[in-house]
Amino acid sequence: MMRYLEDVVTLAHEPSLCNGCRLCTEVCPHGVWEVQGRVARMVDRDACMECGACARNCEPEAITVRAGVGCAAALIAGSLGLENACCYQPPEGATAEGETSSVDPAPC
Amino acid sequence: MTCDCGPPPRKGGNYPEQPYVIGEADTLVGPVPRVRAELTGADRRGTWKARWGIGRMDYRVRPGLYALGEPDRDAPVLVSANYKMSFDALRASMAGRDAWLLVLDTDGINVWCAAGKGTFGTDELVSRIESTGLYALVDRKRVIVPQLGAPGIAAHEVKARARFAVRYGPIEAADLPAWLDAKGKATPTMRRKTFDVGERAELIGVELIGAIGWGLVIALVVAALGGLGGSGGYVANVLTHGSVAAGAVLLGVLAGTVAVPLLLPWLPGRPFAVKGAFAGLVLAGGLMAVVAATRDTGLLTTRLELAAVALISPTIAAFLGMNFTGASTYTSLSGVIKEMRYAVPTQAITAVLALGLWVASRWVA
Repeated sequence: MMRYLEDVVTLAHEPSLCNGCRLCTEVCPHGVWEVQGRVARMVDRDACMECGACARNCEPEAITVRAGVGCAAALIAGSLGLENACCYQPPEGATAEGETSSVDPAPC
Repeated sequence: MTCDCGPPPRKGGNYPEQPYVIGEADTLVGPVPRVRAELTGADRRGTWKARWGIGRMDYRVRPGLYALGEPDRDAPVLVSANYKMSFDALRASMAGRDAWLLVLDTDGINVWCAAGKGTFGTDELVSRIESTGLYALVDRKRVIVPQLGAPGIAAHEVKARARFAVRYGPIEAADLPAWLDAKGKATPTMRRKTFDVGERAELIGVELIGAIGWGLVIALVVAALGGLGGSGGYVANVLTHGSVAAGAVLLGVLAGTVAVPLLLPWLPGRPFAVKGAFAGLVLAGGLMAVVAATRDTGLLTTRLELAAVALISPTIAAFLGMNFTGASTYTSLSGVIKEMRYAVPTQAITAVLALGLWVASRWVA
């Protein structure tokens, strides 16, 4: 499995809020989560690509992440003020829980 | 230069013809278009053209409910995006089975990209469940959403608002039959997004076509400029010096758009710009060997020209490789921001250096 940069992602978890529903283990495309003893644990944080699926489906809001698409072209286009560039537009509410994006990539 | 999100989004208006609709199913909520599972030659040609970014075709499917086979009140409800390739993959995977297909309006964008944007989202799913009358059609109030739709869908909100449970199916539509037969139990591989050599090779077309246009323009400009300066005639200089710089530009484009996707796991470094720079350096090395074999390497101009080539291809390949992060399936926004903080200034510096060395090799020396 290919790996990207170490120790950069914004994924965070508050285990005391976890209800053990396992949905994070189902939606994560990179095996970041495992449920151990009825509580979700981040077993591979650096595999996270910040897609936001786990946080969005976490009913007790135990998971937070600044969700977005890791796309350099979109970031460049956004910084140049171009529209219609590429993928990224923050899903409403997925940047949740205090952490907001400092970048403003172009919407599609 | 792409994020592999398919063609640009299109809203409303007229939808293309639907040759895959083969009739109607009479239901409690009225007629529902019935679609065939088998893909035809036209379907495959459309897929191929979309991969190579050919034409401005409309790859959308009219949003709404479709019947596949003879679905009854117990049949599964499978959710998809109205990007034709997503819809095709779904119906083809379910050949010989009965299902309801619920197509969301994502402006013709695939499930994962649309989920990232939020168009494949909770609001659209809830309103589509309600507008199609699905509640009256099936006994089991449950929709099966592709796992890669999860960034846009909050299962608990759908349950609260539409009174439908959301189950996340496998990433690949091809795994759906096995997943359904296992009563919704996914194997670990069904839940992992891969990025194997076949998936990466499929992206080369769009990457190359996105970059080759301006690559050729730059190559022609430097070839023409290469005729100026130095001794000898203009045409002779274009052929001997302009061609080298143009070749370095084009090798950079090839390294960034073909070598990076194909050789991604084997290129050194984790930042994509480093992978691109390495691929560009290897190709530049080949060109430098050819140039060195045909020139007097004792001359300062030759050395400057070789040094310029050593920077031109890696700089272009680093930039294009960095942009391939958008098409990859494992790069995070935070990681890309960190990579760009170092990579973009480096590319700017090496670009200026390359230009300076090359100009010096033609005129100053």
